[in-house]
Amino acid sequence: MRAETTFKPDLSSQEEIARRLKMRARIRAYLASFTKHFTLIVVGLIFVLPMYWMVSSALKPNAEMFVIPPKWIPSQLLWDRFPKAFEYIPFLLFAGNTTYITIYNVVATLVSCTLVAYGFGVLQWRGRDVFFYLLIATMILPYQVTLIPQYIIFSRLHWINSFKPLNVPAWFGTPFLIFLLRQFFMTIPVDLIDAAKIDGASHPRILWNIFLPLSLPALATMSIFTFMWNWNDFLGPLIYLSDPNKMTLTLGLYNYIGPGWDRTEWGMLLAASTMIAIPPVVLFFFAQRYFIEGISVTGIKS
Amino acid sequence: MTEAGRSVLHPKHISARRREWNKTLLGLAFISPWLLGFLWLILYPLFASLYYGFTEYAILTPPKWVGAENFITMFTKDKLFWTSVGNTLYYVAISVPLSTVFSIALALLLNAKVRGMSIYRTVYYFPTVVPVIASVMLWAWILNPQAGPLNYLLGLLGIQGPGWLSDPHWSKPALIILGLWGLGGATVIYLAGLQDVPTHLYEAAELDGASGIQKILFVTIPLLTPVILFNVIMGLIGGFQYFSQAFLGSAIGAGGQGTGIGAPMNSLLFYNLYLYRNAFGYFQMGYASAMAWVLLVFVLLLTLLIFKLTGRFVYYAR
Repeated sequence: MRAETTFKPDLSSQEEIARRLKMRARIRAYLASFTKHFTLIVVGLIFVLPMYWMVSSALKPNAEMFVIPPKWIPSQLLWDRFPKAFEYIPFLLFAGNTTYITIYNVVATLVSCTLVAYGFGVLQWRGRDVFFYLLIATMILPYQVTLIPQYIIFSRLHWINSFKPLNVPAWFGTPFLIFLLRQFFMTIPVDLIDAAKIDGASHPRILWNIFLPLSLPALATMSIFTFMWNWNDFLGPLIYLSDPNKMTLTLGLYNYIGPGWDRTEWGMLLAASTMIAIPPVVLFFFAQRYFIEGISVTGIKS
Repeated sequence: MTEAGRSVLHPKHISARRREWNKTLLGLAFISPWLLGFLWLILYPLFASLYYGFTEYAILTPPKWVGAENFITMFTKDKLFWTSVGNTLYYVAISVPLSTVFSIALALLLNAKVRGMSIYRTVYYFPTVVPVIASVMLWAWILNPQAGPLNYLLGLLGIQGPGWLSDPHWSKPALIILGLWGLGGATVIYLAGLQDVPTHLYEAAELDGASGIQKILFVTIPLLTPVILFNVIMGLIGGFQYFSQAFLGSAIGAGGQGTGIGAPMNSLLFYNLYLYRNAFGYFQMGYASAMAWVLLVFVLLLTLLIFKLTGRFVYYAR
């Protein structure tokens, strides 16, 4: 007790200093977090505003589209632009073609990549690694080198102006997705395979009953990537499709850009652009985890 | 695996060699979809385009051997070829460093423990899922010289905004801005890399009295170098294959379709657009194939060079 009283003044000043330091640290932390959020929000606005501008312009009356200063909030919202765009552009036809190509390719890609990834990631056999290096090498090959001979092959098969050049290659797997699934397969314990073998299970059975149920997250990521690539693809349809009845959304929309700024129905095109973006954006919001996982694997496993 | 266990299980009269061969056959059977695709969609086309590169070939008539003429024309006579090379190098030289710096900065911001990080991440990644045609159209609209909001904002600051996509001097910067809008993909990769940096290294640096910036410069960045290298190489490869944005940007920005690929004034005639124009505009498949091979060799050499040069600076923890 006595010792405490003698030291008390000293202690209180130390407490005082400690309290001030704590206060200062807290203020600094608040300031730091405020600056961080402020920066993140400002940068976030740069990412979001263009999208807002597209949607709001799609709903604006034509008279407000070319005014100065720009109208951020339209005086009235023309919701009927969307149904009108359906008629102006054969939207449903293009959307049907795009959906067909996309779904077909998702299914074909899943089937082919699963088989190949099993051969590379699970089976042990001589020569496997050589083929695997070959697969990796094809991932960095610029597509231009194969583009022209592929076009010539497909034109000899009379596949131009059909969906075949866009669909058939999916049955042969996508190197990047094979790689992704192989990495995933390799994390599945060997014991499971051995146990199944002792029970007399064949390889297709092991793949179907053990590997596929365990790989659902990877399969989801693969489906999403394939969906995005095909839904957004422009070059493939541009090269292979010229019949207006067979066009996809991206190519079809491109064909509706008029020969000048003033001769283009911008309201319709912006409404259609908004509608094209809806499926990928919705998919992204619901399956964000798989997007981020797939993208992250890309960088880390390099 | 269980080699020893299996040899006990298997009857002895099946020779080891036979079993090895059966395994190889099984493996080949499983990879056969890819292998067949590789043979007819990659390997054959690879050599076919090399051959076409030495021919004059307009599809309807058989290829005619012309020796190195395509390459000689390309390097010595074809001014547009050099225009396309220049445009592509301009784009790559500016957009790759810019997007690297910005996406690392964004990733660092996001990696700091802030509340609502997943919302920010969603917002930044979101533009990368928007289809190219939609993103080009919306940016053409924003960059519209007369009625676009960007030039209006610049006007408020007393700056006369340029013609962007319709001005040969500003069309490439316009596309670079468009590209930066989609840097969320790279940001997510960097973010994953940042989360792999062990926290004890930061603690050690703190004990040594390192400031926040010093921690970033001497701990984070060195550990991030493999990811940076990966992203830079992917950015370069992607930059040399730049097509859809430029194709649509030149069509929309220069006042609509039909004004020619690479407009205005060939300022958006990137390598790939010129290749496309030769192949599918003029049906000069031989010349276009030669261009494709020049690109392949160039990209390979560049990648090797980067690996050589950066070998000393890239830190691999594992």
